[in-house]
Order: sequence, then structure tokens, then C-alpha cells
Amino acid sequence: MEIFNYSFIILLLPMLMFVTLGLCGHKMSHRTAGMLGTSGLFIITVLAYIVAAQYFTMPRIDGVFATVTPYNFTWLQFTESLIIKLGILLDPISVMMLVVITTVSLMVHIYSLGYMHGETGFQRYYAFLSLFTFSMLGLVVATNIFQMYIFWELVGASSYLLIGFYYTKQSAVAASKKAFIVTRFADLGFLIGILLLSFFTKTFDFETLTNGSVSLIDTAAGKSFLGISAASWAMALIFMGGAGKSAMFPLHIWLPDAMEGPTPVSALIHAATMVVAGVYLVARLFPVYVIQTPDVLMFITVIGAITALYAAIVACVQTDIKRVLAFSTISQIAFMIVALGVCTSMELDHEGHGGLGYMASMFHLFTHAMFKALLFLGAGAIIHAVHSNEMSAMGGLRKYMPITHITFLIACLAIAGIPPFSGFFSKDEILAAAFDKSAFWGIWMSLVAGLTAFYMFRLYFNIFWGKEAHHEHTPHEAPKTMTIPLLFLAVVTCFAGFIPFGNFVTPTGLSYDIHLNWTVAGTSIAIAIIGIALATWLYMKPNDKPTRMADSMRSLHTWAYHRFYFDEIYLFVTHKIIFRYICAPIAWFDRHIIDGTMNLMATATQWASYHIRGLQSGRLQSYAVVFLFGALLVAFIVLCCM
Amino acid sequence: MEQVAGQIIFFLLSAVIVICSILAVTSRRILRAATYLLFVLFATAGFYFQLDYHFLGAVQITIYAGGIVVLFVFAILLTSKLGEKSDKISSTKRGWGLLAAISGAALCLYTLCTHDFFPSQYAAGGEWDMKAIGHMLMGMDKYQYLLPFEAISVLLLACIIGGIMIARKR
Amino acid sequence: MEIPMIYYVVVSTIMFFAGVYGFVTRKNLLAILISLELMLNAVDINFVVFNRYLFPGQLEGFFFTLFAVAIAAAETAIAIAIIINIYRNIKNIKVDNLDKMKY
Repeated sequence: MEIFNYSFIILLLPMLMFVTLGLCGHKMSHRTAGMLGTSGLFIITVLAYIVAAQYFTMPRIDGVFATVTPYNFTWLQFTESLIIKLGILLDPISVMMLVVITTVSLMVHIYSLGYMHGETGFQRYYAFLSLFTFSMLGLVVATNIFQMYIFWELVGASSYLLIGFYYTKQSAVAASKKAFIVTRFADLGFLIGILLLSFFTKTFDFETLTNGSVSLIDTAAGKSFLGISAASWAMALIFMGGAGKSAMFPLHIWLPDAMEGPTPVSALIHAATMVVAGVYLVARLFPVYVIQTPDVLMFITVIGAITALYAAIVACVQTDIKRVLAFSTISQIAFMIVALGVCTSMELDHEGHGGLGYMASMFHLFTHAMFKALLFLGAGAIIHAVHSNEMSAMGGLRKYMPITHITFLIACLAIAGIPPFSGFFSKDEILAAAFDKSAFWGIWMSLVAGLTAFYMFRLYFNIFWGKEAHHEHTPHEAPKTMTIPLLFLAVVTCFAGFIPFGNFVTPTGLSYDIHLNWTVAGTSIAIAIIGIALATWLYMKPNDKPTRMADSMRSLHTWAYHRFYFDEIYLFVTHKIIFRYICAPIAWFDRHIIDGTMNLMATATQWASYHIRGLQSGRLQSYAVVFLFGALLVAFIVLCCM
Repeated sequence: MEQVAGQIIFFLLSAVIVICSILAVTSRRILRAATYLLFVLFATAGFYFQLDYHFLGAVQITIYAGGIVVLFVFAILLTSKLGEKSDKISSTKRGWGLLAAISGAALCLYTLCTHDFFPSQYAAGGEWDMKAIGHMLMGMDKYQYLLPFEAISVLLLACIIGGIMIARKR
Repeated sequence: MEIPMIYYVVVSTIMFFAGVYGFVTRKNLLAILISLELMLNAVDINFVVFNRYLFPGQLEGFFFTLFAVAIAAAETAIAIAIIINIYRNIKNIKVDNLDKMKY
């Protein structure tokens, strides 16, 4: 569609920013680099909004927003059918993601002007932010699964770079490696899944895959492995990639450590955008999942539900505020995953609600990106003020940081699911979808929602109320560059819930009017209020109730505090089993057999050359003699032959 | 009579060339070696005269005997003391040298003796006059040599410059 | 027909291989250069002789010799310049001592 011809600028500009800042950044002052990056992103944001406005005002065709591909050129053609294309695909979810990514990214850019002020590597930081924005935008507008995979790896790489931004800090380096390795491991599954899927369907294209023209079930019929059909394997492995990026159990271990990066980075990458890539992936391939492999969807639900509960429990006892937020992120993403998982069909209208979860998931993705970014940026402001991540160093900050306090409270209310804040609407839809599937999932997710309210308000009270900690110097409100993004996001958080989301994003594309199911909504509000009340009772005033409560559930508390020892399990498996029994013998083989062969060749060459080096004496006269005899020999042979 | 005289002169010149060239490469006094070389060059000029290439003979004497040998003598006087004898040549080295020289000479002589050359068209007294030589040297037609002549002149210029560059004191 | 062509050629061959012997055995750089001159001269003789006996109507061999003499002169001049330079640096001109780049 020609009206979207300018859309390539959205991808090109951040790339150019990255190249410019990366190559020439060190020549610029901090201010120039920051302003350059931010203004570039501002242009992209405006463009993304124009795209969204144009896209959603286009006339619907049969009540559906048409899928638009302004660009799709062949990049690599290996064979007749194995073609890799690069392009831009605009449909309701990718346009929505464009808006989310550019908004949050812009806020983070502005915020970082204040937060990263005076840091060494400021220009590098902005270069990496641009690289990340570029990769993430490329990921969401991918026209085919292979392009998505390319950008998928790129976001992984930029995430690695940003987590390890303070590369002189040992823990940051370790965290970036951990994030990279864990997501890479998951991406291995993703790649195998892509190959399986495209092997059977003969296409990478999302459109071909999702419009029902090829059927994975038919093409992969009869093929199975370990009793599970090849189609399910393919889709499950693709989900594995998504689970790695979205920190789903049991691949969640990298996300809490990823908080070693600068806080705005955590807000952008590890809360709002990159970690929802897994959700986006499942949503992208949603028709394939829901129609052809419902068994995998069931599996996804289970994974999501376990993750949601696990992360919520762990979040209740962590003391590092960024880690609480990290686990909260895991839990909230698991909400979206569950919402996708509980879908039973594509239908979403007043007769059938099988596809409600899809809409709810996307809605929650949208609202969560806003309020979680707000929470992280608020946390950044707090850390900026008290120079510590630990709750014990905070307390009673509401007097010193009024703006941060208010915005943080709004975000907490939103995530807890209190109307009229945005989180309530989206979470309510998710719960409704879960109840639609079965009461079991509904109750499970409601429980998690209650826990969410509890741990968020535990965090809130511990930071802004409670016992005032001793401060080296009085905490002060963050500078304007930091509070403006906070206020903006707070406004969005207040009103995003009223967006008629069902008009834009539904599985079939047909418009759907969201109507609150008051039984579910009432339950969820009640649960949230119980959670908040419990947190208020425990943490608002300094007292010993939390300690007593922890004592009464000593073992659970310890286990949760240590995140149920998952890192230890991983360490055990990798170090004690894989390294010792697989890697060590391989290393031995490598060192002694492979290297040995090479060394032998080298030694033999050295020995031989040592012994024949006399031939190359440098004495011209001996060369002359040899040459002469050679010439004579040739002459002699010629004579003999004649 | 004249023929006999020519033959005698030829054999004399050949004897000088053979003996002096062998002495030139075996003498342990370098100045003597240069002198023997001078004799060889003179005898070679004699050959040219005998073959009625008088101009070439003159060139041989002026350039080789008059120029190059003088250069040699200067260089020798600059680099070695008078009466200095060079070290004895080790017998292995001499053995290899002799083997190379003798086997090479044998092979060449065998080839020369067994090879059938064109029938000789020797024309006594067929001397070319200087005018003809000059025209050929400066002409641009077939069998004329202006281009090599100019190439040689450039080469000589390069040699002058190169010689100065190499030999000048730094 | 006075002197057979082969006589000249035999003489030049002996001269040439005398030069070869000298080139291989001598240590003094100037002596080596003298041997080289002998070899060049032997070749010159061959050119002239073949020209005279086989193609008396032409002057190819003649001019080859003429140019060879010129080139020999140039080459000698340069070689002697180099030798003197070497003498300046290492105070003698024996090939054995030129071992800065040798094993």
C-alpha cells in the first residue's frame, strides 16, 4: 500500500543513529550524543504514530483491517521454494507494537538524559539504545519467521551489550553472559522449530502460514517423534525460543540477573519490549497454534501458569527492588502467555469467546509495557536518589520525592488491577478468558493477581512508607528529564484502559466491544483489595509482623528468597554434570588429540627445516654451482633424447 | 703465405687467450689476475681484427682494455694492499669448480663438434665501412639499430646516476 | 678457407669455462667480477664468429657484441661501485664475510 511507503524510515533511522553514534559518538559531547539519539527517536515515534493513525483509520475490508506489506523484497534465494525475504508487515498487532516500542523507547531516551548524566560511555549507551530500538522494530514488522529470527538475535545481542554496559563490574559481565547463553540456548530450539515448520509448510511467510492456505497438520501428517506429532514438536520448539526471550519457567533465570544493566535499560528491554517478544511470537503464529496444535497451546498454558505463580511468590520476598520488579515482569508476561494459551478458537464475537485471550493478551501487553516501564523508571529515580537497590536503604521516601511517589502509586494500582487504571481492564479480560477455559485456571490466575497486588504494595510501602532509613544525604526529587517521562507514562497508565482495544486487535480482526464481566471483575477487584490490605497491614507502619510471618513459614520463605534454588540447580547441572562428564573429556580430546596433531605437524616441519636449512645457505657461489649442474643435466638429457 | 701468417697469428692469440684466462682465474694475486684479463681482452681484440671487424676490435680495446681494466685496477688498488695474496682455495671448493668447468666444457665441446653448422660462407676482406655501420646504428629500418642504441644510452645514464648514488659517501 | 670456425669456438668455450671455474671458486669479489668478464667476452667472440662465418652479409652478431660491450662496461662500473661501498662498510671484499643475511 503506497501510503505506507515512508515506513522504512522507522527502521532506517535508528540504524543510522546507531552507526553515527557508534562510530562518531566518542567525538561528540554527551549532550550532543544524547540529544541526537533522542531527537532521532522522537522522529521515529511521530512516524510510528502516523502509521498507527493511518492504519487504524483505513476503511475495513469485510470488517477486518487489511494486512499491509509496503516492502517485501527477496534477500536470499537458495532454491525455488527456499527464499528469505526482508520486508515490513503492518497488521493490528505489529502497528500496536510499533507504538508501544517507540513510546517506551522515547521515554527511556529522555529519562536517560538525566539518569545517565555524566556516566562514562554515555554515547555508547545511546548507540546501543538505538541498536536495540532498530532490532526490536525490525522484529515486530518482520514479514516472515526468518526475518524475525534475525532481529530476534539482534535484540538478544543488544540486550547483551546493554546488560553488560558497566563492563568493569564483574557481576554485570556475568549477568550479560548468563542472559546471552540462556536465550541462545532457547533460540536453538527456536531455530529447530523454524526449520521443522518451514520444512513441512515450505514457507517462512507469516501471511501464508496464518491465512490457512497451508496446513501444518496435513503436511506433517504421520510424522512423529517420541509419540508427539511433528507439528506439535515444531510449534513447541518455536515456543521454546519465545519462552527463552520472555523468561518463562524454567528459562527465566537470566531476567533477574539482567537487572545489572542501567535501570532505564531494564525498563525498555527487560520490562516493556524485548521480553514480550515471546508473547508477540505466539500471537503472530496464533492461528497455527490455535487451529492446528491446540495441544501445544495447552502446554503453553501450563508453563505460563506455573511461571506466573512461581514468579509472584518469589517477588513477595525479594529485597532488591529491581529484582521484585523483574519477578513481577516475569509474572505479568506469564499472564499474557496464559491468556494466549487458554484460547480455544479464533472466534471472538458475541456468540463465541474462544479467542478472547488473544485480545486480552495483546491488551495486557500494551498496558503492561506502559506501567511496568513507569515502575522501572520510578525505581530508577529512587535508586538515583538513595544510591542503593535494597529496600532497607529506603523507606519514607514519599516526603522527598512527591512526583515519583504519585506516579509509582499509580503504576502499583494499575498492576494490582484497581479500576480505573489500565491494568484493571486488561487483567480483567485475561481472568475472564481463563475462567472461560475452566474454573481451575481462572482461580489459579486470580490467586496470582492477588499475590501481584500484595507484592507490589509491599514494595510500595517499603519504599515510600515504613521506617525511614538513615540517608547519607537527603534524597531529592529527580531532575526534570526524569520526571517528565514518569508523568507522561502515568497519564498513559491512567487512561490506556479506556482505549476500545477490541476494535483494533482481535484474532479474526473483526471488531469486538469489550464488556466487563462483573462477576469476574468484582472477584478480581476484591482479591486485589485483599492483597493491598494485607500489604498495608504488614508494611505501612514499622512493626515486627513481617518478621513473625516469615518465621512462621520459615522454609517457604527461605525457598522463595533463594528463588527455589533454580540457579543452584542450573549450576549443578552445568558444572557438576555437563562440564565434568561431557565437556572435560571433549576438552581433553581437543587438547591432546586435535592440538596434538597440529603440534606434531609443527614439530615435524620444524625438525625437517632445521635439517635442510643448510641448502639455503645464502652463498651465491654454491647456488651458482647447483644452477650450473642443473643446466648441464638438462642439456645432457636433451642431448640424450635427440 | 699470408694464410700461413694468419694461422700463426691465430694460434698465438688462441694460446694467449687460453693460458691467460686460466691464469686470470687461478692467480692468487688479484692485480696479476687483472693484468691477465687485460691480455685476454687484447687477444680477443686481435680475433676481431683477424675477422675483419676492425671497428669492433677498436671498441674492444678502448672500452674493455682502456676503460674497464683501468677501473678494475683502481678498484683493486683501493681495496687491497700491494702484493697481498688471496687465501688458498679449499680443495672441496676447487674440486666442485673443476668438476663444473670440465664437465660443462666437455658437454659444450662435444655438442659443438658433433653439430652440423650451415655451410660456411666466409668471405675474406669483407670489411664493413664505418659509414655503413653508422647508418645501421642510427637507422630505423629493418636490421637497423636505433632503438637498442637509445636504450643503451638510457641504460648508461642510469648507470651513471646509480654509480654516483652507490659510491658517494654518506 | 683459412681457419675453421670451430677453432674459434673451442677457444671461446675454454675461456668461458675458465670464467665459470673462477666464478665458483674465487673469494675476492673483484676476482669474481673478472671471471664474469671472461664469460661475457667468450660469448662476444661467439657472436662475432658466427656472424662472420655463417651470415657474412649481415651485422646482427656485430651489433650484439657492440651492445654487449657497452652493457658490460656499465655493469662493471656499477659492480665496482657496489664493491667499493661494501669495502667501506666491512673493510674487505671477501664473499664469505658478506654474511649479514646468511645462515
